Amino acid sequence: MLDKELRSMIGDVKDGRMDRRAFIKRMAAVGLTAPLANQILALGGVAMAEGASTYKPTKRGGGGALKLLWWQGPTLLNPHFATGTKDQDGARLFYEPLACWDPDGNMKLVLAAEIPSIQNGGLAADGKSVTWKLKPGVKWHDGTPFTADDVVFNWEYAKDPATSALTIATLRDITVEKVDELTVRILFNKPTPFWADAFVGAPNTIIPKHLFKDYMGSKSREAPTNLSPVGTGPYKFVEFKPGDLVRGVINPDYHMANRPYFDTIEMKGGGDAVSAARAVIQTGEYDFGWNIQVEDDVLLRLEKGGKGKTVYAVGGDTEFIALNFTDPNTEVDGERSSMKTKHPLFSDPAVRKALSLLIDRESVKKAIYGRAGRTTANFLNGPEKFVSKNTSWEFSVEKASKVLDEAGWKPGTDGIREKDGKKLKLVYQTSINGPRQKTQAIVKQACQKAGIDVELKSVVASVFFSSDVGNPDTYSKFYADMEMFQIPLSQPDPSQHMRRYLSNLVATKENKWQGTNFPRWVNKEYDETIQAADGEMDPVKRAALYIKANDLMYQDTVFIPVQHRLKVEAAANNLRPVVSGWANETDNLFDWYREE
Amino acid sequence: MSQYVLRRLLIAVPSLLGISLVLFVVLALAPGDPFSELATNPNVPPEVALALRAKFGLDDPIYLRYLHWLNAMLHGDWGFSFVSRMNVDTLILQRLPATLYVIGSAQILALLIAIPVGVYAATKPYSLFDQIANTLAFVGFSLPTFFTGILFILIFSVTLDWLPFVYTTDIKGTGIRWVLEMIRQAIMPVAVLGLFQAASMTRFVRSAMLDVIRLDYVTTARAKGLGQAKVIVKHVMRNAMIPVVTLIALQMPAVFGGAIVTEQIFRIPGIGSLLISSILSNDTPVVMAVTFVFACLVVLFNLIADVLYGWLDPRISLR
Repeated sequence: MLDKELRSMIGDVKDGRMDRRAFIKRMAAVGLTAPLANQILALGGVAMAEGASTYKPTKRGGGGALKLLWWQGPTLLNPHFATGTKDQDGARLFYEPLACWDPDGNMKLVLAAEIPSIQNGGLAADGKSVTWKLKPGVKWHDGTPFTADDVVFNWEYAKDPATSALTIATLRDITVEKVDELTVRILFNKPTPFWADAFVGAPNTIIPKHLFKDYMGSKSREAPTNLSPVGTGPYKFVEFKPGDLVRGVINPDYHMANRPYFDTIEMKGGGDAVSAARAVIQTGEYDFGWNIQVEDDVLLRLEKGGKGKTVYAVGGDTEFIALNFTDPNTEVDGERSSMKTKHPLFSDPAVRKALSLLIDRESVKKAIYGRAGRTTANFLNGPEKFVSKNTSWEFSVEKASKVLDEAGWKPGTDGIREKDGKKLKLVYQTSINGPRQKTQAIVKQACQKAGIDVELKSVVASVFFSSDVGNPDTYSKFYADMEMFQIPLSQPDPSQHMRRYLSNLVATKENKWQGTNFPRWVNKEYDETIQAADGEMDPVKRAALYIKANDLMYQDTVFIPVQHRLKVEAAANNLRPVVSGWANETDNLFDWYREE
Repeated sequence: MSQYVLRRLLIAVPSLLGISLVLFVVLALAPGDPFSELATNPNVPPEVALALRAKFGLDDPIYLRYLHWLNAMLHGDWGFSFVSRMNVDTLILQRLPATLYVIGSAQILALLIAIPVGVYAATKPYSLFDQIANTLAFVGFSLPTFFTGILFILIFSVTLDWLPFVYTTDIKGTGIRWVLEMIRQAIMPVAVLGLFQAASMTRFVRSAMLDVIRLDYVTTARAKGLGQAKVIVKHVMRNAMIPVVTLIALQMPAVFGGAIVTEQIFRIPGIGSLLISSILSNDTPVVMAVTFVFACLVVLFNLIADVLYGWLDPRISLR
């Protein structure tokens, strides 16, 4: 039914009976992301709209200096080696992708000349290839023309394991071929509904062939241009000091009209988030501060009569509590949390249900995240509107107690509930991070009222998130009953995010805990749903499948979502930054300007 | 003398080897992973992170890794940073000027305050000046730099708006303007560090002077009719300086090693901030290089201090 309705709606858009915005709104109502809705239109035969620009200046340059403050500065400037977003942010000042994402999740053209669609022949109807037309007349900063060879080269460069590029993940399963000087075709080995991954967004910017071709494979680390990028971007490279400073100057031959606005750009690294907020909002020494993860009341205080303000961008990042489905306290063949065990307490669904009733999301929002958080019942929060409408959450100690009472968990003499000699005692771990420890305290308090004893554990982030096989405290080993963190949704599509929890991807000793399914949750229906979604070319059916996957997780209480987190940045009052929750902060830098 | 120096240098070799071994083992056993940031990025499959670990030799046994490191170090290769993918020596040399400038100035400031104040306080013990100097010294070294640093920022940057609190390495302008800006932005960090050092050093100088000033030969010198200034400077200070020299010599490596807290607060791109960010990101080659160079400097400056004793007090003979 949904399918039929969609077809007729696409027809309406095509004939102009329905405008694009109304269509996207309708799509959001069934839980589709704006980027996905746009892609549906593309597949349905209506070209994807390019995001509208808010850029006002009518001439290039003249904007003076733009001073950015990244409290973790970039440590390298080759996008293929970027280990974190900070490196991608730095490289993005000089290098560019074919297209990027605007704040609404619409595609914006950068090095591409048009958005691939079925009419312009860019998209194959079977979803197995996409053809990009490149903008003519684009030049690298050294004057060499940018061509299809450069794009193909990036694929060859990164897919060679000896290069040890991190972008190998995106590029190894595709084939990139040159059609002509200004056209490249990307071939997928299976129908790929989300085709805008390779060469799109700040993580996938393009480096010049003529400067890197002698440094492929194991010689990659010797390339002098690793540290002094020559790109196509709005700013030309001047100076780089790892972790401290990146400096650039306006590119007078930039390929976008009237852009960029600023004459010079400076990205300063180091320090901490609070003092970065101070330097932007209170003293105005800097124009923009990145990733201001600071308690809201501190920010509100700084904003009073300050020189700047906070800026928020909505993405799909969910802070969650994951429940362990295996027993972390029993060792089987030298492995705790082994698949051969069942969690003694969580194997009773009532306990999981009760826990989800004990997470006071509203208080967490009020006391900790403030304007930077939203309460949610869903694990998958997509863009702003990607919410399964079938779920709800509430906080009620009484209801939780009732659920436990009914399941036979009765309070013992010490006030802690027990059943069959098993006490409701849980270990709750997370990484060391102010807001997380405060959330832990709120949860612990509520649990105590309901007769559950919670022991809190905090692990240094560099250990918690490490892939070190020898360490017992990593999130993937999950030697605790519950753990809290977030996995960023780094592209406007849920496929990679949701595939992590397939039953065959459980983290075990055998796969050196590299399996991505850390809650060790096994659900056949979920597996089938995700596999169906992976091969589903019909966008509406595919979206419905992901909503179903989210709901399956909700029914089983695999994750208890704590907060849907927004990106927080600080900006000078007169700066007009364009920040998208779907992209790196510097991805839309060409559209930034200052209001006079 | 030269024999003594040579012997001391030879003794330094095994101790440096021991230090490097301990450092290396501790770092290798420390939990964490330079590629931890990849773990939460759903775009990067875990096998990619695993392949990177193997490529950088993180999965080799510790003794092999140590021998590799030692061999490279002997050939002048300080290692290759996991995080920046560049040579560690370039990384360190880039950070050295800021540290030398800021921490060096702070040390000089500390000496310029501590020696005159300490000496003068010792000549008039329990006078009003001595009492005030003592009180201030106590206050000075009881306040940690992270507190005074933030206090200074709140007063001089936020409230008064006189000084910048973010240290920049690329000051615009040339000539005299550049120099003035360099001085302006260094005032707060230099003051924070310098006053902290000066406080403890003043107490030290004062007590060293007091030990000497009561000795008989000083009374003799005065009895000969020498002026107060000459007695203090030529007779008392020279002898009192021996422990002070030790203290200063041991502080000298810090000029190269940076000050972690102060550099972090004022965003000074020095060795200290490099060290802390490398520790946090588990960039062991950088941590290893910085700490090892620091160890070498400590050994070297100890030797220099010992040689200086002989010059200050000819009775100490070096054999």
